[in-house]
Amino acid sequence: MTYTWVDGNELAGALGELFTVDVTVARGRCAGCGREGAVAEAHVFDRAPGLVARCPGCEAVLLRFVRGPGRAWLDLRGVTYLEFAVPDVG
Amino acid sequence: MGVITRGFSGRGRRDENLPPGQYLTKDFPVLSAGPTPRIDIDRWEFGITTETGMRHRWSWAELLALPSESVTVDVHCVTKWSKLGTTWQGVSVDTLLQDVESAGDFTLVHSYGGYTTNLPLEDLVDGRAWVAYRYDEEPIAAEHGGPARLLVPHLYFWKSAKWVREIQLLLEDEPGFWESAGYHNYGDPWREQRYWGD
Amino acid sequence: MRRLTWRVVTVAAVRDEAAAARTLVLDVPGWPGHLAGQHVDVRLTAEDGYTAQRSYSIASAPGSDRVELTVQLVDDGELSPYLVGSARPGDRFEIRGPVGGYFTWQPADPALVLLAAGGSGIVPLMSMIRARAAVRSQTPFRLVYSVREPGVAIYADELRRRVRDDRGLDVAYVYTRTAPEAWPHRPGRVSAARLGEAGWAAEFEPSCYVCGPTGFVEAVADLLVSAGHQAQRIKTERFGPSGG
Repeated sequence: MTYTWVDGNELAGALGELFTVDVTVARGRCAGCGREGAVAEAHVFDRAPGLVARCPGCEAVLLRFVRGPGRAWLDLRGVTYLEFAVPDVG
Repeated sequence: MGVITRGFSGRGRRDENLPPGQYLTKDFPVLSAGPTPRIDIDRWEFGITTETGMRHRWSWAELLALPSESVTVDVHCVTKWSKLGTTWQGVSVDTLLQDVESAGDFTLVHSYGGYTTNLPLEDLVDGRAWVAYRYDEEPIAAEHGGPARLLVPHLYFWKSAKWVREIQLLLEDEPGFWESAGYHNYGDPWREQRYWGD
Repeated sequence: MRRLTWRVVTVAAVRDEAAAARTLVLDVPGWPGHLAGQHVDVRLTAEDGYTAQRSYSIASAPGSDRVELTVQLVDDGELSPYLVGSARPGDRFEIRGPVGGYFTWQPADPALVLLAAGGSGIVPLMSMIRARAAVRSQTPFRLVYSVREPGVAIYADELRRRVRDDRGLDVAYVYTRTAPEAWPHRPGRVSAARLGEAGWAAEFEPSCYVCGPTGFVEAVADLLVSAGHQAQRIKTERFGPSGG
């Protein structure tokens, strides 16, 4: 069977190098079709020169991540916003 | 470099004939940024569009009727695997450009499924590129880019767009899918141009 | 939470499991603890600089300094031939994690739990079962475990013991190719009926966790939705047809 995609949970390690919060539990809105869902629900193509997360509804690219030596690129064009739960302190 | 693990040897092998940083592979890894497009051969077409909007189109039958070549080339993927002596059959891009008039020096290649990659026009001509439809004497499998893919072996293999649909000639360079996400705009494996700014 | 980075781990022990799988017990200095269901990324580097990385679910329950991974050998895998065939105590490699806050279960969750495992998909679900036992949770858990044939279920003995001792855990096997003698069900992929009787009905509103190869996960997720479970109560973790 051809390798297809894995769940967005797979992004957690890569994005965890950049962010101090878990981006996979954030909710995002697809800039293509408007579908809302957790980043962990995205379809992730990880057998590629980078990580590509696609919308489970319309398969449009939500984000692209490339890790190079000493640098990383994150393209979030495909997401209108990401919503994070942030505790209120004080 | 990370800690070396006793007892682990990767599948690839170093070889002095390879570009820097590459490993020789025996298999043919399948990499993809998206789902494999399933293209109906009756509706498949390949096109070259100039900067003035002039469109040249070939159906599958028309492509196969063009003079083709069998070539044996080495391919190098930016993810570090290289495969030597791969055999392909396809139509030289020179042949496809024969009746095309354009002042564009740049190209943006489009694939079924939405993938794009950019190359200077001069890297597609003079026998350096093909629209290939057979690999190892068989039709190219869908997961490897069939029915037809671009083949530009002198650059990293992400430039050899799978499921090729169109070559768009442009007056200005426009970075493609990976070039606009951190990968090098040109991608010469012999100068190890993997990432933007290398 | 801090930004994650690779850290060096040492293999403390290895334990062979069924189905060409092996558990690696790792010493991880400074391990911050984890939630049941999370995974780590593992990176191996060869002497010539070749590196490869894959993700593996954590098999152990939270609460220990040592982390256990259970890895199944995959034909032509990048990492599994070393991890399953060669790794021995004293070996070192790198991991990044724990990561993945979505596919997790915590004892504070009041909902009933339905677990569906295909092959090596049992690993993160076992972490949840072990976590449940570690805190003596009374949350009812039902596991549906799909395997090809008898003898290839990973953790079979431990599951048998836990069903007997942990109270509130039920395990049902689905055999897809060959069933044991006198098995009341014909071999085949998990069916709506089987999932219905071995799992929880939708009206119980369980938290559903489905893990395994893509084909299995898709089939079970579809069955759960068709049976009335709400999509947001179903969490999936696809391994892809081959883990690595």
